[in-house]
Amino acid sequence: MARHLILVGTRKGAWIVEGNGDRSTWTIKGPMHLGAVVSHYVADPRRSGYQLMSVGSGHLGPSVFISRDTGATWTEAQKPPAFAAVPGAEPGAPGRSVDHVFWLTPGHASEPDVWYAGTSPQGLFKSLDGGNTWQEVEGFNHHPDCFQWRGGDKDGTPDGPKLHSVIVDHSDKKHLLVGMSGGGIFESMDEGATWKPLNKGVAMDFYPPKEDGSEYEFGHDPHCLVMHPVHSNRLYHQNHCGLYALDRSKGERWQRIGDNLPKDVGDIGFPIVLHPRDPDTAWVFPMDGSGQWPRTCPGGRPAVFHTQDGGASFERQDQGFPREQAWWTVKRQCLAVDNEKAVGVYLGTTGGQLWVSRDEGLHWEAITVNLPQIYSVEVVTLP
Amino acid sequence: MIRVILPSQLEDYTDRLREVELDLPMSDGGEATLADVIAALESRFRGLAFRIIDEQGNIRRHIAIFVGESMVRTLQAPVRENARVQIVGALSGG
Repeated sequence: MARHLILVGTRKGAWIVEGNGDRSTWTIKGPMHLGAVVSHYVADPRRSGYQLMSVGSGHLGPSVFISRDTGATWTEAQKPPAFAAVPGAEPGAPGRSVDHVFWLTPGHASEPDVWYAGTSPQGLFKSLDGGNTWQEVEGFNHHPDCFQWRGGDKDGTPDGPKLHSVIVDHSDKKHLLVGMSGGGIFESMDEGATWKPLNKGVAMDFYPPKEDGSEYEFGHDPHCLVMHPVHSNRLYHQNHCGLYALDRSKGERWQRIGDNLPKDVGDIGFPIVLHPRDPDTAWVFPMDGSGQWPRTCPGGRPAVFHTQDGGASFERQDQGFPREQAWWTVKRQCLAVDNEKAVGVYLGTTGGQLWVSRDEGLHWEAITVNLPQIYSVEVVTLP
Repeated sequence: MIRVILPSQLEDYTDRLREVELDLPMSDGGEATLADVIAALESRFRGLAFRIIDEQGNIRRHIAIFVGESMVRTLQAPVRENARVQIVGALSGG
């Protein structure tokens, strides 16, 4: 069995957790960038040892760091993602400014130097040189309807509006998808030049119903969007208003599969992850989205929910988790899988715990419980 | 000569220096601007300017810059010969 690395980004830096061959023992290495907010820490599947990390600091603003040696050394991007200055404006004039780089996605396999980044406030950026310099995806950031789609930069969630879930279709490098919290899901078929919304069937309970009974085209709040890595017509997304699936071989309308989760748990949450080979199998981690939106495990009893039939039914998986009084949750970048025959499932919590299941979610063990609040978890299979 | 005091947050960019002296060209009235100070710092410590000034030319929200004992929020602030400029990581967060 291959060995795996878990790349962990946290509110206070990043760590690498290295497993042995059977995923039973783990060694924690780090910290890297201690004190910085690491929103996303991602390995390049196209180049062994190449990694990108979103590094932010409350004081010093956003940046991206690059490692070519599996995190041993880091260099800062020469030109991090930044919005264009307003033409003709005086320095200091109002204009858009990146607060943090929230999401990093490697480009298509055929373009080994391409990366995409999503920011807060919502912006889409592209690098053609392995993450060293970044340019705006103008077709998105400067789309005439962009502010209509997502509202103003101050109209966001408590820790800022975000562009996330940047997806490059493995079967078509020109096909891109993004999610915006808020704003909705958008899709480009021409490598980012033009975009259209992809939100049909998705609830928007936080807006009044339209008087003519029609649906809103955009303005939704997807929390996490995923495309199956083999079957690109199969999409899932965890939304502020429920859990959805879209099989594009059957139509273009999202189906609310979250209605099949237990009613006392609900279908609100942030992360969703798919089985690497089976497009009907997924894991989610619902949270309490009732009342004051505590964003904790429902009832203080953590559980992953697992579907093997595309969301028609779900199985509760909580063996090994605390049985009560556990009030953490799992953020949108913090649920990951490996590609072993018995798929390993990994999650990082707001309480700084890193958990692993070696049997597709049936049993869970804590790898460590003492990290800072976890912001991202990625799994790398070593060659 | 302008004396610049740098915060700990910028140590990775300044080779651990916490204080530098800059010789800047002054106007006939004996003034430069804070923008001139930042440009001189950038030419010496590449990448530093974007860490304290955002892409729209604003001083970042949690960075404070003092010229003498006055906090300034614009790069057009005048800086006189022999001034002391202090860049501070503002108290924030947790």
